[in-house]
Amino acid sequence: MAGEGSGTVPGDGAGPPAPERVLFPPTFSVSEIKNKQRRHFMFLRWKQQQRKEKLALKKKRRKEREALGDKAPPKAIPKTIENQRVYDETTVDPNDEEVAFDEATDEFAPYFNRQTVPKILITTSDRPRGRTVRFCEQLATVIPNSHVYYRRGLALKRIIPQCIARDFTDLIVINEDRKIPNGLVLSHLPDGPTAHFRMSSVRLRKEIKRKGKEPTEHVPEVILNNFTTRLGHSIGRMFAALFPHNPQFIGRQVATFHNQRDYIFFRFHRYIFKSEKKVGIQELGPRFTLKLRSLQKGTFDSKFGEYEWIHKTSSVTQ
Amino acid sequence: MHSDDHQNAEFLQERVLLSKNYEKALEEIDENLIYWPRFIRHKCKQRFTKITQYLIRIRKLTLKRQRKLVPLRRKIERRENRREEKALIAAQLDNAIEKELLERLKQDTYGDIYNFPIHAFDKALQQQDAESESDSDAEREEDDDDDDDEDVDKREFVEAEDSELSDFEDMDKLETSSEEEQEEEEEVEKKASYSKWKGKTPLKGPARRKRPYIEIEYEEETEPSTKTKAA
Repeated sequence: MAGEGSGTVPGDGAGPPAPERVLFPPTFSVSEIKNKQRRHFMFLRWKQQQRKEKLALKKKRRKEREALGDKAPPKAIPKTIENQRVYDETTVDPNDEEVAFDEATDEFAPYFNRQTVPKILITTSDRPRGRTVRFCEQLATVIPNSHVYYRRGLALKRIIPQCIARDFTDLIVINEDRKIPNGLVLSHLPDGPTAHFRMSSVRLRKEIKRKGKEPTEHVPEVILNNFTTRLGHSIGRMFAALFPHNPQFIGRQVATFHNQRDYIFFRFHRYIFKSEKKVGIQELGPRFTLKLRSLQKGTFDSKFGEYEWIHKTSSVTQ
Repeated sequence: MHSDDHQNAEFLQERVLLSKNYEKALEEIDENLIYWPRFIRHKCKQRFTKITQYLIRIRKLTLKRQRKLVPLRRKIERRENRREEKALIAAQLDNAIEKELLERLKQDTYGDIYNFPIHAFDKALQQQDAESESDSDAEREEDDDDDDDEDVDKREFVEAEDSELSDFEDMDKLETSSEEEQEEEEEVEKKASYSKWKGKTPLKGPARRKRPYIEIEYEEETEPSTKTKAA
């Protein structure tokens, strides 16, 4: 009975209201009470006390700040993951020559030199269910110059040469599992890199609240946020290569790929400038988030491909 | 005795290799099980048929593409979902997009479509406002004549700024007529997209609150007056 030396042990459950300052003997801890009900009660009381102390501390600090007035030390910035991140050495410097040279000679160079117009083929895995099909259609409205074709059991290996022959520049395959789309393979066609993403939180147009009308045929603008590292840069270029170069500002539509902590959020909005400092945006179009699983050098080839980058969890073999 | 035991310990079964031909194999089953009851023989043949069929199917499937089932790892899935939620909150997408759009507006990627009075211009032009007001009135009347009357509220708003800026730009470029024509064309197209918006109030929550309903009513009231003036 050494641990159970609490001064005010309640009878059952309710007990007397908590005194202002509960006196505990120094060797006491709430976890040592064997009785669950009593332990629970004591724990709640302890919690309340902690909260009170915290509030009192805050009040005191605020009073001190006000008392000091101008001389008060500046507020501490809360630590976030973005603040505390270790600097990544592969971050691309805008003036880096090596990167610029690489990009001038990689597979996207023809696109960025405006020699090719993007033409995209969207397809799914075998036997797509309703949700995936609708998602494909909506994606096709968002990305200009894209066509949806049903898979019908064809092998990708055979589709790819046919696509190249018909001048497609990109291939998107949406993988489906248990009636929801959960993966995306984006492959740049004439032998370009293939990126495999895990797709999550797919929202179709009708599931988005307060959405606007359908996206029109205008070519949207593209915003790519936070694609800073080398890998991010190449992925960013892959996304940019999906859209034609000349956005029609009249359409006032913008497709955003925002990279945050390795998750790429895709949104499609219509914007309007209400004044020079205020813009209103309205979400139309589907939304989804992607997480890169692997990046392959050539076109889609799961067995013999040369992988540039694989996420740790995907590559672990047991 | 020893050999006897050894013999008894062996399998009391005999293995017969059937022929590869399906019909011949069935006959062989019948020959080998000749004194067994008919039912047992029938069941044997059924089993044999089942086995051959699934072997055929296996051979066919290995030629096609095979779907590889990758098990979901629960801990990893949960971790990734939670991290995705946190990343979404940290991303503050709306703010980021709005900031980016305003940046692009500032850097003039939109060219002449949006003519907002930039603050510097504003202060400089406040003196010239008084002088140019008569000019701008004249321009506004001309434009009223030319353009369609589909969507006047937005047009009014834009034109007021147009005249100020165009005055300023005139001093630099001396290309009034061409500019105005371009602006009119773009305005007509913009109106086409605006007219789609007009009926409903589709803007997002906070934007809807701040959008001045008052402004629209006010402009509609003044609109007939300007029209009559032009006429």
